[in-house]
Amino acid sequence: MSWLLAVPIAIPFATAVFAFLLRNGAAGRWVSVAGSAALLAASAVLMQAVLAEGVVAGQMGSWPAPFGITLVADLLSAVMVVITAIIALAVSVYALADIGPAEERLGYHALFQVLIAGVTGAFLTGDLFNLYVWFEVMLISSFGLLVLGGRAEQIDGGVKYVALNLVSTILFLTGIGLLYGMTGTLNMADLSIAVDGADQGLLTVVAMLFMIAFGVKAAVFPLFFWLPAAYHTPAFSVSAVFAGLLTKVGVYALIRMFTLVFDHDTGLTHTILLWVACLTMVTGVLGAAAQGDMRRILSFHIVSQIGYMVLGLALLTPLAIVGAVFYLVHHIIVKANLFLIAGVADRLTGGTALSRIGGLYASAPLLAALFLVPAFSLAGFPPLSGFWAKFLLVKAALEIEGWVIAAVALAVGLLTIYSMTKIWAQAFWEPHPEGREPRLSDLPAGQRWAMLAPIMALAALTVFIGLFPEPFVAFAERAAAQLLDPTDYVETVLGDRG
Amino acid sequence: METLLALTIGALVAAAVYLMLAQNVLRFIFGLVLISNAANLTIFLAGRLTEGAPPLIAEGADMPAGLVANALPQALVLTAIVIGFGLFAFAIVLVFRAWTSLGTLDADQMRLAEPEEPRA
Amino acid sequence: MNSVILKAGTRYLAGLLLVFSVYMLLRGHNEPGGGFIGGLIGATGFVLYAVAVGTADARAALRVEPQSIAMVGLGIALLAGLLAALFGQPFFTGQWLFLGATETDKGLPLSTVLVFDVGVYLVVFGAILTLVFAMEEEI
Repeated sequence: MSWLLAVPIAIPFATAVFAFLLRNGAAGRWVSVAGSAALLAASAVLMQAVLAEGVVAGQMGSWPAPFGITLVADLLSAVMVVITAIIALAVSVYALADIGPAEERLGYHALFQVLIAGVTGAFLTGDLFNLYVWFEVMLISSFGLLVLGGRAEQIDGGVKYVALNLVSTILFLTGIGLLYGMTGTLNMADLSIAVDGADQGLLTVVAMLFMIAFGVKAAVFPLFFWLPAAYHTPAFSVSAVFAGLLTKVGVYALIRMFTLVFDHDTGLTHTILLWVACLTMVTGVLGAAAQGDMRRILSFHIVSQIGYMVLGLALLTPLAIVGAVFYLVHHIIVKANLFLIAGVADRLTGGTALSRIGGLYASAPLLAALFLVPAFSLAGFPPLSGFWAKFLLVKAALEIEGWVIAAVALAVGLLTIYSMTKIWAQAFWEPHPEGREPRLSDLPAGQRWAMLAPIMALAALTVFIGLFPEPFVAFAERAAAQLLDPTDYVETVLGDRG
Repeated sequence: METLLALTIGALVAAAVYLMLAQNVLRFIFGLVLISNAANLTIFLAGRLTEGAPPLIAEGADMPAGLVANALPQALVLTAIVIGFGLFAFAIVLVFRAWTSLGTLDADQMRLAEPEEPRA
Repeated sequence: MNSVILKAGTRYLAGLLLVFSVYMLLRGHNEPGGGFIGGLIGATGFVLYAVAVGTADARAALRVEPQSIAMVGLGIALLAGLLAALFGQPFFTGQWLFLGATETDKGLPLSTVLVFDVGVYLVVFGAILTLVFAMEEEI
């Protein structure tokens, strides 16, 4: 049983080793693709097991919980691992065309796979300190990826990213220390029992530390400013995987901790989260409206969309959690895809600054059509995945008569359309200012398909979720039920001791 | 001993916050180094202090004899120090690169990735 | 740096540090020590060499790129965890072989824990040298 959980972490590490040793030739990039495909298979097997048997847990090194490191997968973890694998596969195929030999020699593929290992580990671990370690694995490889190539712009964005993320890391570590001092355990399942005996006031203080630490990672208001400073600087495939996965690990950690451990004073903590969520949505979308660069607009939209997920957690009704889980999955696919499309647009038109590009609709209608799918999905148009995600959250807000919250969520959706229209009008509709006619056929066939195939696959997934939402919503309902009633989680981890 | 350590942590955090409020990025990193040590000490303190008893188990025994120090916080702190070492080594190299390629370490003037909007 | 004393001293010290690092690695099981500290000490040997004669010579003496050493170490550490699969036990469960064990003597203990430590040694060794060489060449 425990191998089901260990293999999705071991595969990217093994891939990283081989990809690094083969980095000087073409073999390294194919190792990366093969490793991502293997990860997808392993995560599918894990998902199968979790669907069939409920929560799956394994004690690493045969040290029993709560003393050793536990890996555990409930439905939320399992679906996050699957989606990580999908994004890893899409981006590693895209990287075949996007990443040049110079960056490959510096170890791009190895760093990428280590990043994926960190993300997978963070989703699967059942131990708080281990979560910290996975955060660091992610952080170190993301530092490397962010400044790989070393353009001055990247260094500038990198400094801000590194500085703010290190602060978050240290707050997280302090929180771990205090929580350990209060409860004597770091196993998350054990913690969920042990916190009941702790000083509730102190516990709330510690909960705040965790909220800030994960809030920086998730880029919520007012801690988001490192994200739009850095995400538009690295290679497009790096941007895409950062945009899709990294902030979502922060959201996942928030959801995990604030449903499993810190559910003692929801009147305070979740009210703060509610304010944070609304302000995040609004500032993100207003920030995006002010930008004139495709990638920077998309970066600000990550922030505004994070607000929706936190909103789901803050409302803490069953339907709201369903919405948050659904949103998480939908948004990873859509956001990564938008950045991949921006990469193709950059390749064709020579930039992402909206005032300097254009003419994509006339000369590359296929790309225009592919852009519309995630763009409309992000804004919440039916029948795409984003519509159902927003629908669930707005309905959850209305159910508890949070009229203002629902209004904010809808208004932010409208403003999202505004910036998507801006990209559409200036990059696709208007002619290119220099009169260029960027065609997809200008790209060499191999590169063209390496870039378009992942975009098409992710777009198809968005449409599929949009057209057949029932199984996905049903799945999210089961995942939410597990989150709100962690008995199964706790019992599986601790065995008959609990 | 606990009080002394708590005061030390407080002093470290105060100094770190002072450094981190400076505009110079290098000072910021130094502040981070200090505050990360404060975090490590917090973990160490959270594991309760036991003086002069290393958590080593004698040959042939299954348990340590008598009261020994809590080994877990030591392992956690060691891990955190190692990770912190790697991160800070990277951060300092990065700041150095920033100095050579941007020509400034003033946080307000590092605007290459986010150029100021021309005022209308 | 151009110092005759340092250059002459390094010749012996670097070798001594490398031998001592292996000793530290092996003694780590029942006494304080282990792969991490061993890797640090081993790296110190090459750092000293790089300070004395320059990074170019130190790289040449190392023969392999330090990044590759670190990645191979990662692979070895991972392998140590995976070996538990052969015995049907969870990831990273230690497997022990007591070579030449008798009733009274437990023989020479060999374990996957040691393999893991060797991996850690190489990761630390490679990572430290990667960083130090990069800094030396940068400044």
